[in-house]
Amino acid sequence: MAWDTQRAADIIETYKHLDGPALPVLRALQLEFGYLPDEAVSQVAEALNLSRAEVHGVVTFYHDFRREPGGRTSLKVCRAEACQAMGGDALGDEARRRLGVDWHGTTRDGEVTLEPMFCLGLCSVAPAAQVGDRLVARADWPKLEEALRKCRP
Amino acid sequence: MPSVTRIYVPADSAALALGADEVAAALAAEAKRAGAAVEIVRNGSRGMHWLEPLVEVQTASGRIAYGPVTAADVPGLLKAGLLEGAAHALRIGDPAQHPFLARQTRWTFARCGIIDPVSWDDYTAHGGGQGLARARTLGAKATLEAVTASGLRGRGGAGFPAGIKWRTVHDAPGDTKYVVCNADEGDSGTFADRMVMEGDPFALLEGMVICGLAVGARKGFIYIRSEYPRAIAVLEHALVVARANGLFEDCAIELRIGAGSYVCGEETALLESLEGKRGQVRAKPPLPAHHGLFGKPTVVNNVLTLATVPEILLRGPEAYAALGTGRSRGTLPWQLAGNIKHGGLFEAPFGMTLGEIVDDVGGGSATGRPVRAVQVGGPLGAYFPRALFDTPLDYEAFAARDGLVGHGGVVVFDDSVDMARQARFAMEFCAAESCGKCTPCRVGSVRGMEVIDKILAGRDVDANLSLLEDLCNTLRLGSLCALGGFVPYPVMSAVRHFPQDFRTP
Repeated sequence: MAWDTQRAADIIETYKHLDGPALPVLRALQLEFGYLPDEAVSQVAEALNLSRAEVHGVVTFYHDFRREPGGRTSLKVCRAEACQAMGGDALGDEARRRLGVDWHGTTRDGEVTLEPMFCLGLCSVAPAAQVGDRLVARADWPKLEEALRKCRP
Repeated sequence: MPSVTRIYVPADSAALALGADEVAAALAAEAKRAGAAVEIVRNGSRGMHWLEPLVEVQTASGRIAYGPVTAADVPGLLKAGLLEGAAHALRIGDPAQHPFLARQTRWTFARCGIIDPVSWDDYTAHGGGQGLARARTLGAKATLEAVTASGLRGRGGAGFPAGIKWRTVHDAPGDTKYVVCNADEGDSGTFADRMVMEGDPFALLEGMVICGLAVGARKGFIYIRSEYPRAIAVLEHALVVARANGLFEDCAIELRIGAGSYVCGEETALLESLEGKRGQVRAKPPLPAHHGLFGKPTVVNNVLTLATVPEILLRGPEAYAALGTGRSRGTLPWQLAGNIKHGGLFEAPFGMTLGEIVDDVGGGSATGRPVRAVQVGGPLGAYFPRALFDTPLDYEAFAARDGLVGHGGVVVFDDSVDMARQARFAMEFCAAESCGKCTPCRVGSVRGMEVIDKILAGRDVDANLSLLEDLCNTLRLGSLCALGGFVPYPVMSAVRHFPQDFRTP
């Protein structure tokens, strides 16, 4: 969604009263707009009485925050040890090959963004992945493809 | 027989990831078609993850389990008489009698998988709320003494005695104090916090309120990682129900969600993050107990630590302290993960050996190949070979063998594992997740990757191995927190126990 100053102001207002509001505010903005453009950094800094440098520092520290839009669906593949023990590396390689993108990349049609992640807490049913909101255990490419298909409108 | 049959279908993440929602939908549809009245309860997981989705039916003779169930199995199961607990190839019988559960000693997980996680009635019918009632009767001083007497140590990994931490915050001057629950369970191979939050969230909330009463804090925060969407949803629901039932009269609890940073599981980085800053580690001292959230005295405890407290007060600290070995008292929920046949949650008193839990309880590898290495304690834990399988699972015994218990994750690898690659990954992970505050961790992890790459390429292997050891010593002694300080555990244990993997012919 394109940046909407009024909508953003409403969201900031909802969380501004919290102790230490920066993360809840940024999270809510990203949920709404899909990413945090420069306008977000300026507007949050202004509203929370922080410098733009401080907000920029927070936004760039955390893996969840995006500075540019991603694909319509995110495919997250766990790269941590328990999943490695069950072929997680090969699954990650296959996902990159099939989608034709590297980690953090978005497919040319703008459908899928491939993200590495470290642990979904599904270490007993590895390898694990998340497609949109769907968790996938004992994942292989056919299972991921099916989950991606289910995410299409 | 009751007119409405209760069916339990877990909504734990592991069960959901294996199709539990589809199973629940199929059960509802097929029961309707058959004209049978059913109530489907979405419970937590019993912890037998290789049997998930594990469907249970309430029958006249108790609960009967079936698993692993797929949506396609449902018509056949109903036809066979699932609602009466009848025979079927997937029938497990009484889940409590299953050897994997019957061998356990459950305190932290006493209710998980049994109750409806967001039903206050279910919770109180199974002992919930009685720990808090006991704490109110005892008062702050005696509650502190009880927690200390139980021998409970911080389950996040550091193993610091909970009672001493609580007393420090209690004794610290000031009117404003905080209870912070560290639910940033980022260690690969661990999911016990997630299971408690999804399967018995009121236990955590009750534990936090007890802590607040004991130390004099009127506000608590749960800092949960964003990678746990299901746990977040259950906690949000549980908070509403608990508030409506008056749980937060003395201490209000708020949920905060992380933003994808492993180092925020470190307590001071977590506090920075809660304050809305970059998750950078603080130098200690001052300890959070003196100077914590917003500069106020703060208890920071792991989910398991806090969720065990109500049960300790309910059953008595002596009973908890009677379990375990040496200075490791009580139980630990071990998490069996990776390449393991019977993966899941196994709560037992400290003192079993690593071999028992991997081979006897876990059934060896999932692939059927020989188990070659086991990483205990997350990405910063040591890799142990079979030769160390006699190591008892307790804090001091692991430390004596240059390992750590950490948060109780046990990740099994079969003989296809390349330990030099695992060592490299440990450095890569440290580089990716370093907060950047201290030089040994920020720079050392990158240099560590480079040195291991040279070793893997066969360049000056002896010289580079000694350089790696030297670098690990710098990281171990010079880092501000456990990320840089402990990454030498996986790296050096791989070098020490699996030297052949670092010398490719």
